[in-house]
Amino acid sequence: MPILDELKAAIAKRLPELDVVIGWGKGFDALHHTPVFITSEADLDKLELGPLSVQNLATYLTRYPKTKKIGVVVKGCDSRSVVQLLQEKLINRENVVVFGFPCEGVVDLEKVKRALEGQGMEIARVSEATFQGERCTLTTGGKAGSLPMADLWADKCNRCQYHDAVMSDEFVGQRLDRKAEDAYADVAAFEAKPLAERQAFWQEQMSRCIRCYACRNACPLCVCRDQCIAQTREPNWVSQRTGVEEKFMFQMIHASHLAGRCTECGECERACPVGIPILLLKRKNNKEVLELFDYRAGIDPEAKPPLLAFKVEEEKINERGW
Amino acid sequence: MMSAKYLAQGDLSAWLGALAQGRRVLVPVRENGAVVFRPYGPGVAPVLSRQADSPPKESVFPSTERLMEFSYSKDPENLGKVALDIKETVNAPATVVFGGRPCDARGFTVFDRVYDTKAIRDPYYAERRASTLFVTLACDAPETTCFCNSVGSSPVDADGSDVLLTPVEGGWLVEAVSERGKALLDAPALKDAPASAQEQAKAAQEAAVAAMPPAWDAAPAAAKLIEKFDDMGFWDNVSAKCISCGACTYLCPTCYCFTVTDERSGMKGERIRTWDTCMSFQFTLEASGHNPRPTKAYRLKNRVGHKFSYYPDIHKGPIACCGCGRCIKLCPVSVDIREIVRLAMELPTATAGKP
Repeated sequence: MPILDELKAAIAKRLPELDVVIGWGKGFDALHHTPVFITSEADLDKLELGPLSVQNLATYLTRYPKTKKIGVVVKGCDSRSVVQLLQEKLINRENVVVFGFPCEGVVDLEKVKRALEGQGMEIARVSEATFQGERCTLTTGGKAGSLPMADLWADKCNRCQYHDAVMSDEFVGQRLDRKAEDAYADVAAFEAKPLAERQAFWQEQMSRCIRCYACRNACPLCVCRDQCIAQTREPNWVSQRTGVEEKFMFQMIHASHLAGRCTECGECERACPVGIPILLLKRKNNKEVLELFDYRAGIDPEAKPPLLAFKVEEEKINERGW
Repeated sequence: MMSAKYLAQGDLSAWLGALAQGRRVLVPVRENGAVVFRPYGPGVAPVLSRQADSPPKESVFPSTERLMEFSYSKDPENLGKVALDIKETVNAPATVVFGGRPCDARGFTVFDRVYDTKAIRDPYYAERRASTLFVTLACDAPETTCFCNSVGSSPVDADGSDVLLTPVEGGWLVEAVSERGKALLDAPALKDAPASAQEQAKAAQEAAVAAMPPAWDAAPAAAKLIEKFDDMGFWDNVSAKCISCGACTYLCPTCYCFTVTDERSGMKGERIRTWDTCMSFQFTLEASGHNPRPTKAYRLKNRVGHKFSYYPDIHKGPIACCGCGRCIKLCPVSVDIREIVRLAMELPTATAGKP
C-alpha cells in the first residue's frame, strides 16, 4: 500500500478520539504543500506527503488549549520538536497522537530557485513538478526542466540522523534506518573566519531583515510569542526601531532562548522571506551544547535539557579542577 | 502616452548613472537569494527578470521614520522646572525607484487616499511621495501567485508610476506616464523609439495581459466579508494555518499601518513611527489590556476585511490590494488570500454579521 494511503488509514483509525489532525495538503502551486486540518473522514482526501511537506507542524501544538486532543503528522526532525515540547511539559502526552513515517527528506525551495535560475527558468512560474527517484522534473512557461534531487535536498536532510520519527504513536511505512554524520562543519568553517568578517556578514544579512518575526513564529520551541521580550514595552529591552542593532539583538535573544532546546528543524531559516541564514546561529549554540553537555535536544522524552537543569557539578565541565 | 523613447540593454547602466546624479536611485538587487531594493551605484547589477521579494515600500514609507527629536533641559535656577525642546524632522530625499513592477508603484495609490487628502495631509509621507518617482517595468510573465487582474489592475498598469518600461527586442520601450516622468526621459542614453519598438511594446503588453490567469471579480467580496463579520467559525477555519507572523503585511505594497513610540535615553530621545502589523498581538491592544482582536482569527479577518471590504467601502471602490501575491508566495505556511476571499464569497454564512 502506498505510504500516503497507509497514513490516511492510520489517521482514519484515530480520528474519532481526536479534535483535529494536522497534516499537509496541496498548496497554491505545484511546488508548495500547506498545512491542512483534518476534522472528518472527508478531509482525508486533502492529505499529501512527500518532499514538499516542508513545514514543521509541531509548531501548531502549543497554539491549541492543552485540553484539545490533537493528531500531528511528523517527519523525523519534526518528531524531535514534539519530544522537546514533552520534555518541557508544554504539551500533554495523553492529548497528542503522533503520526510518524520514514522521511526521505524535503526539498529546499531556495535550492530549486537557484538551480532553475541557472537554467533561465523562474521558480515562481512553475506549473508542474514531479519528484521521482533521483530527478525532479519541472515545467515552467511551457519549458521542461530536470534537476537532480541530490542538489535539492535541504541541508538538514543531508546531515539527518533521524529520518524515522524518534517517537510516534502510529508509524506508517518501512523504517529507513539511515543515518548521516553531522560534524558541524558549516559552523566550524564560519568560526574560522576573522571576527570582523563574521560581524560584517551578519550586519549585511540583518540589514535585509524586515522584523516580521516569521523565524520566531515558525519555530515550534519559540513559545513566548505574544509575550516575547523583543516586542514588550514593559520592560523595553529592544527598541521599536528597525536598525541592524535591534535586529541582531533579537536574533541573539532568539538563539539564546533556543540553546539546548533547538532541534534544528530549520523552520526559522526556511520561513525567512528574505533568505537570512539564521539557522547557523542556532547550530553554533547546539555545537557548544553538544560539546559541553553531550546533549542533543528532542531525542529522549525522559531526559532533562541541560539548561533547564541545575547540577552542582556538570559531568563534562570541570568546575573546580583548574 | 506622452512620449516614447528606446533604451538599449547596453545603455541601462548609463541611464541609471544619469538618474543617480543628485538623487538616490533604488534598484532590485540580489542578496543571498532574495531580491531587495538597494541604492544604485557603480557595479550594482539590477535584477529585472523577476519581482523583488521585498516591495519598494521603504522608499516612501520607511520601516522606521523619525518624526521628531526632543530633549529636556532643567532650569538651573529652578530644578523643578523642565523645558522641552522639540525639533520636527522630515527626511525626503529625491529618489527614483527603478525596476519595480506595476503592483509595486500602484501600492502607493492606496496610501495616497489615506495620507494625502484634502482633510488630512501627513507631511512625512506626502513629502517623500512628492520627491519619489517610479520607473516601472511592465511584467511579461505572471508568477503563480499573481492576481493583479482580479483587483482592478494589470501587468501593464501605469497607475502610480511616472515612467513605464516595456520589454522589446534588445531593450525597452520607455514611456513617460506622468508629467514628472517626462523629465527623466531627457537623457543621452535614451534614443527616439522607432515605430517597430512601439509596435513590439504594444504586442508585448497585450501578451502580458493575456498571459494572466483568468480574472475573478473581487468587488463582490466587500459585502460578503461584512456579512461574515460575526461568522467566527469561518475565520477560525481560514486562519487555522496562520502562524501570526507579520511577513504578509510587511511585504505588502499596500499595508500602511504604523505605530508611534518615544525612544528616550536620559534627557533626550526621538519619536519614531514604525510599521505595524495587524497580525501582531499588540495591534489595537488597548491600554486597559483589552484587545478587540484577541486571536489570530480576528486579526486575519482584519487584514482581509480591510483590503477587500472596509477600504473599498470608505474610498468608494478601490480595493486595497494590488495583487502582487507576495503575501502568498512568501508566507511560511502558504496562507492564500485569494482562497480566503473566494471562500468568503462562495460559502454560506453561518452567523450573519451586522450590516
